[in-house]
Amino acid sequence: MSVLELKDVSISHVQGLEKNTVVHDVNVSIKAGECFGLVGPSGCGKSTLLWVLAGLNPHWSGGIRLLDQPLTPGKVFSGELRRRVQMVFQDPYASLHPKHRLRRALSEPLKLLGYQDIDDRLSEGFKLVGLSENMIDRYPHQLSGGQRQRVAIIRALLLEPKLLLLDEPTSALDMSVQAEILNLLNELKAKRDLTMIMVSHDPEVVDYMCDHAVTMKAGRIDKETFYD
Amino acid sequence: MTNNSSLIQVENLHISLEDSTELVKGIDFAMGRERVALVGESGSGKSLTARSLMGLLPASLHVQANRFELLGEAVLAYSQRQWLQLRGKQVSMVLQDPKYALNPSQNIGRQVEEPLVLHQSLAKKTRVEKVEHMLDAVGLPNPAKLRKLYPHQLSGGMGQRVMLAIALINDPQFLIADEPTSALDHAVRDQVLELIASLVEERNMGLLLISHDLQQVADYCERVLVMYQGQLIDQLPASQLSNATHPYTQTLWSCRPNIDKRGQTLPVLDRGALATLTEGAAK
Repeated sequence: MSVLELKDVSISHVQGLEKNTVVHDVNVSIKAGECFGLVGPSGCGKSTLLWVLAGLNPHWSGGIRLLDQPLTPGKVFSGELRRRVQMVFQDPYASLHPKHRLRRALSEPLKLLGYQDIDDRLSEGFKLVGLSENMIDRYPHQLSGGQRQRVAIIRALLLEPKLLLLDEPTSALDMSVQAEILNLLNELKAKRDLTMIMVSHDPEVVDYMCDHAVTMKAGRIDKETFYD
Repeated sequence: MTNNSSLIQVENLHISLEDSTELVKGIDFAMGRERVALVGESGSGKSLTARSLMGLLPASLHVQANRFELLGEAVLAYSQRQWLQLRGKQVSMVLQDPKYALNPSQNIGRQVEEPLVLHQSLAKKTRVEKVEHMLDAVGLPNPAKLRKLYPHQLSGGMGQRVMLAIALINDPQFLIADEPTSALDHAVRDQVLELIASLVEERNMGLLLISHDLQQVADYCERVLVMYQGQLIDQLPASQLSNATHPYTQTLWSCRPNIDKRGQTLPVLDRGALATLTEGAAK
């Protein structure tokens, strides 16, 4: 079963009246439980593609089937899809509200969805990523970079996504902390039956993590690799 | 080892906050005209050490050392004016991100020229010639045109080459590169490191290369210093890294993922064990 299917997808950035097409005719199919890698130099369109899959850029054309739902160009995500696709961003500091304690930042989406056992879910999440529970009442600046990235991963996982999008999750981190985060992601993938799409400019990270990867060049797919 | 070839002599360097929290806890090192990598995680005090060598620490930090010599001069008691004479002429620095380190409102030519204006008195024509020659030396195409461009018109890799041109235009004896490639693309990183190493060798300078990626810098340096939580815990020649004995160095050396490690857990730091180990070393 494929989680995501792209057929001749082209993506544009719209600025005022101008339209600049940056990704051309991408065809890819991603199976459930796969870790899929997108590699390429900066400016090749890999993040642009990821943003469309997160529903953050409606300016695309072609056909996308995401979690068995066909998407319509120009429309934002609705219903289940919003929860089932979650994203972890590159800079962990920019993705957490600096003036909210972690408890408040993390429980916001859960409250919105009407969960009752929010505190239990939060402490379970902290255990899952290997952070101590008494960090829940800290502010983001009181954590290290690696800890913040772990919190960003909890935030994404709390909504029980089927598809996790990772936009350069380790490029802002030290080499030794990168190893910790990659280990964590591998562990979560095994435990939770997650499908992951990972953008990276480091081919070694993708070689290590992914089951299936494409290399992009100037907005087109240059090479597709399947690892055993 | 007090000969003319030694560029830096540091003994028992302490850097502390006003409330006497120690950030760098008594480190000793010496280096001559060689390429040395200073490696450690963020917060290990490697950038502080490098900045103290440039006299660039904020006034709220206290520096103490038994010996702190740069090019044979005791620089610890230097005034701002004396530092200004030294910086950009004898020692210079390349910073992490060209996007923030270059002035967005001045063109490239003017920024590369600035060290010449400050430290030498040359005719404008000579300066322009020198600038174009330097831009050419760092591998930038079409220097005459590039001189008139502004930083936002350059890519990250080109920006970092411009920074290198600024640092090297006065032929300094010593260069500090503080994570010069962290903000760059993977493919460009090796090019920039290669360029730094080759220029430093050509000019017979000393290089202190700061990084958190041990494997990457190992190829470009002769010696490696490893810092952890303000202490210098290991020093060894770069060729010996694969049989390092210190557990921290071992982990840093092997934590980089690659295709051969698929399906295996990457080695991570056992911070508890390290804490006891470094405490033991401090006593």
